[in-house]
Amino acid sequence: MKKNMTNVIAMALTTAMAFAGVTACGSSSTTTTAAATEAATTAAATTAAAADTAADTTAATTTAAAEPAGDVSGELHAAGSSALQPLAQAAADLFMDKYPDANVFVDGGGSGTGLKQVAADAIDIGNSDVYAEEKLDADQAKDLVDHQVCTITMAPVVNKDLGVTNLTTEQLTDIFTAKTTNWKDVGGPDEEILLVTRPATSGTRATFKTWALNGAEEASNESLETDDSGTLLQTVQDNKGAIGYVALSYLVNNDAVQAVSIDGVEPSLENTYNGTYKVWAYEHMYTKGDGSDIAQVFINYMMGDEFAPEIEKMGYGVSSKLSADAAESHKK
Amino acid sequence: MDGNIVNLGTSETVKATVVTKREEGMNDEMRRRIRNANRVDRIMTGILYGVGGFFLILLILLAGYIIIKGILDFQPEFFSFSRKGIGNQLFNTVYLVFLSLLISVPLGIAAGIYMAEYAGDNMLTKAIRVSMESLSSLPSIVIGLFGYLVFILMTPFDTNLLAGALAVSILSLPSITTTTEDAIRSLPKSYKRGSMGLGATQWEAITTVLLPACTPRIITGVILAAGRGFGEAAALLYTAGQSTRINWSDWNLLSSRCPLNPMRPGETLALHIWVLRTEGSMNANATEIANVSAAILVVLTLVFSLTARYMSDRITKKATGESA
Amino acid sequence: MDKFRREYGGRSLVTICGAFIIVLTVSIGLFLFIKGSGTFTKYHHSVFEFLFSSDFNPMDAPGQYGGTVGAAVPIVGSLLTCGLALLIATPFSIAAAVFITEIAPVAGKKVFQPAIEIFVGIPSVVYGWIGLSLLVPWIKNAFHLKAGFSVLGAGIVLAIMIFPTITTLSADAIRSVPMDYRKAAYGLGSTRWQMIWHVVLPASLSGILTGIIMGLSRAFGEALAVAMVIGKTRAFPKNIFSPTINLTAAIAADMTGSTDGGEFNLALWSMALLLFIISILFIVLIHVIDAKSKKKLAG
Repeated sequence: MKKNMTNVIAMALTTAMAFAGVTACGSSSTTTTAAATEAATTAAATTAAAADTAADTTAATTTAAAEPAGDVSGELHAAGSSALQPLAQAAADLFMDKYPDANVFVDGGGSGTGLKQVAADAIDIGNSDVYAEEKLDADQAKDLVDHQVCTITMAPVVNKDLGVTNLTTEQLTDIFTAKTTNWKDVGGPDEEILLVTRPATSGTRATFKTWALNGAEEASNESLETDDSGTLLQTVQDNKGAIGYVALSYLVNNDAVQAVSIDGVEPSLENTYNGTYKVWAYEHMYTKGDGSDIAQVFINYMMGDEFAPEIEKMGYGVSSKLSADAAESHKK
Repeated sequence: MDGNIVNLGTSETVKATVVTKREEGMNDEMRRRIRNANRVDRIMTGILYGVGGFFLILLILLAGYIIIKGILDFQPEFFSFSRKGIGNQLFNTVYLVFLSLLISVPLGIAAGIYMAEYAGDNMLTKAIRVSMESLSSLPSIVIGLFGYLVFILMTPFDTNLLAGALAVSILSLPSITTTTEDAIRSLPKSYKRGSMGLGATQWEAITTVLLPACTPRIITGVILAAGRGFGEAAALLYTAGQSTRINWSDWNLLSSRCPLNPMRPGETLALHIWVLRTEGSMNANATEIANVSAAILVVLTLVFSLTARYMSDRITKKATGESA
Repeated sequence: MDKFRREYGGRSLVTICGAFIIVLTVSIGLFLFIKGSGTFTKYHHSVFEFLFSSDFNPMDAPGQYGGTVGAAVPIVGSLLTCGLALLIATPFSIAAAVFITEIAPVAGKKVFQPAIEIFVGIPSVVYGWIGLSLLVPWIKNAFHLKAGFSVLGAGIVLAIMIFPTITTLSADAIRSVPMDYRKAAYGLGSTRWQMIWHVVLPASLSGILTGIIMGLSRAFGEALAVAMVIGKTRAFPKNIFSPTINLTAAIAADMTGSTDGGEFNLALWSMALLLFIISILFIVLIHVIDAKSKKKLAG
């Protein structure tokens, strides 16, 4: 949170200084202040505001619809976030059905890799769980344009046999910081808690830390670390006392584990949209500048109405459906 | 009991006594010691047989388990060349190993020739030996990281097959060099003398007589190196990439989806087992595919080591046949 | 003339290829050193902190630093898993080497040698996969643990992986003991076991030690198989049933995820450098043992 704030302020200041340099030769201090305010607004608007994204989407859909089928051709290469990969892949498949001359390739590799590669122009779209500024130097990140293509909701998961279906934020934080070590202390059976977590550099972990644990650092000296959500689910499934967290998209086809409500709010898309469930993040597709033509069409397609049902079917959230409250709470 | 064991510990004297006293007939103490020694011998032989047997059974169980599990989980669609199958990964594996051999075989053979024929007793030779030793003992993840740094981070390229092939060839270079050197050294001196006596230069003797004569042995070494390449994963994690994209109707070498373009990312079968866990529940058949992939890798290993063994057996037979 | 040009050309070519091996090895060391030393030069951590502190919490965001980079936990994790693997594998390996050389040389050559080669050839990911799907659940049930990921699991997987290395090298060493030694021992009336225990094994000790070190070296650098079964808990293990993390698993977990050139990233490169240095140290150790035994033989 704090880091994000610092980032916004830093960006705003930088932009303000640039503005001041260009426009204000010997101008009064009021001009500068105005410019700064304007810059801050612009920064906030372009980077995060989902309300705007909704508007963008409508515009985007129109563009995509205006594009005659078959006219889109060429090659598109996206890589990065493994959390976004399945959805991007599904979008690529449908996109290629629609435009047979287009070839879209989606790779994993992690958010960091995706961002590095798009900044280096090695690929067209860099998929990321986090904002580019969190992984790249400022001068590498400055040319990148952020497209918040969807949201991803994270849910704590426990073993089916445990019988725990709800935890308060406080309980959850105590569990993940290893203050609570037995389920009986939080209303469960007498069973030792087994923490299953993700690597320190994982985007899923960052989201969970910020929104579910109020920024508290997980006790990595008490937890099993798994490289990926697949292994995490398997581990939770195999161990009665285990608790971990995964994206909702991993739970669509998996009922072998139990998703846990936080403060009585069930982790679901509806609750994400209406702003009651907070543990979610935007998934980003970054392009260098505006990106290639085909990249623009593809991103518009992903954010358009046509693909929206598909997004929800796979357990992701459609950005345009976020209520103002929800969008406001996750402003960067 | 204890006393006897201690006595056996100083067996040098015991044995000496046994021999000298044998003629005059042995006293009871001696007899007991010998009986004891024989008993220990039988027990230890039994234990050693046990270890040997355990070892074989372990291998059979392990290989059998992997292969049978692979067969049980097999579904025809796994062999398709789509995202759901492992056809592409299998192709990448073969192609990557082929590329790596293109690099490591000429280099390794040349270096092996140098070591066997030209290397003098000097610093250069010593340095090459030390380097080779270090290289062959480096963890493959370290080589992978070096490859990641030099072939990926320091070049404008995305992860690609060529970078993976280079990393694997670093891994197999020492073994090919050593094989070549040993093969040339083991040839009878008369081969070289004979050909040089006929007026050939050393280089001609090497290329026309020595190398052809030890080709089968070198091939055996190359097969073993290839076998290891098939199973390599840690060195490819950051070099060859963890994804694959192939368009089987695109044969333009410059296209990033052409099967033969070495600059495209190419996930291999061994790496696929690792990556499949990432996709976990996204791919409903992840476990099954991993089992099948593991089985294929083990079968490949079996085929490769048996082929290499068969070849080296034939070479030995031929060699002994000739000398007889 | 052409003949000689080819002679010199060929000679230069193979010399260059030979020298290339040196260049390659040196540059691997050099690049790892440049990248791995960043933790100490760019972010001013002490080597002492890196090696002996268990506090690992480096900053990942670009431009930020000031976290901690203690790698003692993965270092100890590596040492413990490898130590356990040696403890399990060494007696078995030496026994197997004796078996295939002294007890059943024919079967040893025809059956066991190929079997060992197959063992060596099985890819490490496959060992890891079997460890994950078979060994980890077994350990959990057999010892009634919270989870089966443990030092023990990693030790067993590593033991199986280094077993062939130690066996092959020990068998070579045993074979190279001159036949006369054995004949002399038999001539003095020893049983086969006395001959093996008092003559053959001591005579091949340095070769066996070399085998053990090579095995250790392989275990130390093994990455994926261990990563799959060790549990990756960033704490010293309480006993062999608790999970921990080792150097290779720590590198593999965060290398691509961390910001390139950041404090976190460079700490991982330092671990890679450490792996490189350790594997070179093993080579030096083997040479020392070799030189000692040569000296002993020479009197």
